[in-house]
Amino acid sequence: MLLDVARGFVRDQAPIEAVRAQLETDTGFDATTWQAMVDMGWAGIALPDTVGGAGMGVGSAVPVFEALGGGLLGTPLLSTTLAGQLIWRAAGESAAEWIGRLCSGSVATVAYLDHGDWGAANLGVSLGADGKLSGSKSFVADAGVADCFVVVASEGGEPVLALVERSAIDDSALSENVLIDLTKRAANVDFTGVAPAQVFRGDAVASALRDTLLLGALLTAAETTGAASKCLNSITEYLKTRKQFGKLIGSYQALKHPTVDIYVGMENARSFVYHGATVVGDEPLDKDAEVACHMAKVAADAVMVYAGDRSVQFHGGFGFTWECDSTLFIRRAQWAQQMYGGAIHHRKRLASLLLDS
Amino acid sequence: MSDNKAALNAFREEVSAWMSENVPADPGFLLPLTFLEVGTEQQLDFLREWQHKLWSAGYLGMHWPSEYGGQGADPAYQYIVDKELGKHNAPIIFNTIGLNWVGPLLLDMGSDDEKAKYIKNILSGEEIWCQGFSEPDHGSDLGAVQTRAVRDGDDYVVNGSKIWTTLGNYADHMILLARTNTNTERKYDGLSFFLSPMKIDGVEAHPIRKVTGEYGFNQTFFTDARIPASCLMGEEGGGWMVAMKTLEYERGVTAGQASGHWGVTIQIDDMIEELSKLEHDGESLLSDPIVRDDLVGFIMEAKALSLTGRRSGIPALTSDYPMGLALSVKYRGTEYERRMKQYTASKQGAQSALYVGDADAVSGGFWQRAYFSNFGATIGGGTTQVQANIVAEHVLGLPK
Repeated sequence: MLLDVARGFVRDQAPIEAVRAQLETDTGFDATTWQAMVDMGWAGIALPDTVGGAGMGVGSAVPVFEALGGGLLGTPLLSTTLAGQLIWRAAGESAAEWIGRLCSGSVATVAYLDHGDWGAANLGVSLGADGKLSGSKSFVADAGVADCFVVVASEGGEPVLALVERSAIDDSALSENVLIDLTKRAANVDFTGVAPAQVFRGDAVASALRDTLLLGALLTAAETTGAASKCLNSITEYLKTRKQFGKLIGSYQALKHPTVDIYVGMENARSFVYHGATVVGDEPLDKDAEVACHMAKVAADAVMVYAGDRSVQFHGGFGFTWECDSTLFIRRAQWAQQMYGGAIHHRKRLASLLLDS
Repeated sequence: MSDNKAALNAFREEVSAWMSENVPADPGFLLPLTFLEVGTEQQLDFLREWQHKLWSAGYLGMHWPSEYGGQGADPAYQYIVDKELGKHNAPIIFNTIGLNWVGPLLLDMGSDDEKAKYIKNILSGEEIWCQGFSEPDHGSDLGAVQTRAVRDGDDYVVNGSKIWTTLGNYADHMILLARTNTNTERKYDGLSFFLSPMKIDGVEAHPIRKVTGEYGFNQTFFTDARIPASCLMGEEGGGWMVAMKTLEYERGVTAGQASGHWGVTIQIDDMIEELSKLEHDGESLLSDPIVRDDLVGFIMEAKALSLTGRRSGIPALTSDYPMGLALSVKYRGTEYERRMKQYTASKQGAQSALYVGDADAVSGGFWQRAYFSNFGATIGGGTTQVQANIVAEHVLGLPK
């Protein structure tokens, strides 16, 4: 089963020492790990087999990302997966060559945010009549290693996808963000004066963008759920081994009961995430799928924030140190909860979807 | 597979039609919200007759063996009946301790004689059951119970007191956890489990009034009460394991219950519907952003309970904590219900403070009554705090 395969891979590739070793590197991941994932077909897992993907449907990416989250593994799989989804949903077969590249391990990423508001239109970068872009994008995930940028731009007010090769961008146009989560990487990118290698236009772009943002929320939620489970394990391990006042500290209800709530939150998030996996498909996401993606993100963020926070607290003085793995979890929580929209973003949209007929 | 689905659909239609014809109309007096609140003879007679009617039609304990009064059918059929009972707002099926705790226990661990003697009368409503576990001094710490059963010839002589005995004043039988040996090293090893008669000399049930203002449970006093030795279920000293098995059925950890319709089911849609009729600041409550966000939270909790229920049947997705969902279901579900009932009860403006009996009470004070009543679920059958300990210790492996 894909989940077992993915977990086995992560276990082998990313013991916590390997994760820590990557924290302060340029890319944040081991190139051989990425290549192994590409070789297993993970880069194309959600794309049709007619264009080089695994043809398993985007829902199949959920267990993979849950496993990756469980290992806090870096690698640009999320960026590449979502870039592939955006291109495919906007352009279909006409983008076959680009999709094929992605499936073979060429790193791609979506350049979407203008500033930092996931709910804004984010059409601040424009494509001019001269065929060149003007403007900058912020927080472009894995910008430092991307071979291709899928820039969400405005052409006369309409959204278009401008595919930009890395070679078309000057090194000076990239400005790496200092992220709180050192297992992730992102940069601001100035696309001014850059000519895209290809532009995808048309009605499908807006729909594809909408779906990609929702899938981004779902897959991030899957990854976060895996991380929350790992965080729970680290808490319970400590509670089962640390002694104070002559007793294992896990016997004190002030620690025991919130840990149970972390467990319950994690199981709830898992239910939402796997439900999401069953209702998303190649077609534009319907209302049920949209609701599922929003709920998955809300639930996963909530448990991760709580788990990361309690992990620091429940490890006592040690929890307050860089050496304790709690720092990895609380940082992952802070990064994850904003990615593809935070609680306000998704809950506001849920209120409308669920309560306004 | 599709034959089966067609059969189930046909059955659903059959049941629905039967319910439309046979579910009794509102009797004009207050009915209990759950089996925990049967407090008057009037309620008892009405519900007993209804249960008997349902069973006679073949719709109760359908998955129990036909030789004992069931239908020997797939549990899916009973599930359909329970759903239809809810849809038709049918009165509750009240003999719950018998139907959902004792019946499954006997079918699981009882002797053939015990099954033949008791099961059918549980289903028909002919015999009512209660539970004698908790005592005034030993509730959460059930293993420490002190009610004494001493062997004397062909009888056991019982002395002591049980409390929170739901249906105790109406019951024919009690599943009784009593101490037969006060000299064991471990307290649990001195306990024995009895299928005890209730309507005998020396047994008295005194009704206790609840926070809802209603009745339904009792304190039961045993004063030199003689019960036949044949009432012993299993071995002397083996009572703790039988009691723990009973709790599995009580808490919904293990399946086999005859009917899930032991209480009025409240859905998230009921909450939304009620709130949609209310106003604040002269505007619909559902237009308030705070209420909208709160509702998103409750809707998500309801959805999580439902999705998690489904996922619990998928081994590949529960392998990390195989018993986790079953052991946490009471913890998750009863607390959600407490909060959503309290929420709805308190968004009614000044009417939030009205109770059952006032003509102006919103929905007859339903939500206030439901909220108070819900503590029976968060306290009884192992309190929420005990459930948290169970999850912590048995699912997460944390130390006692």
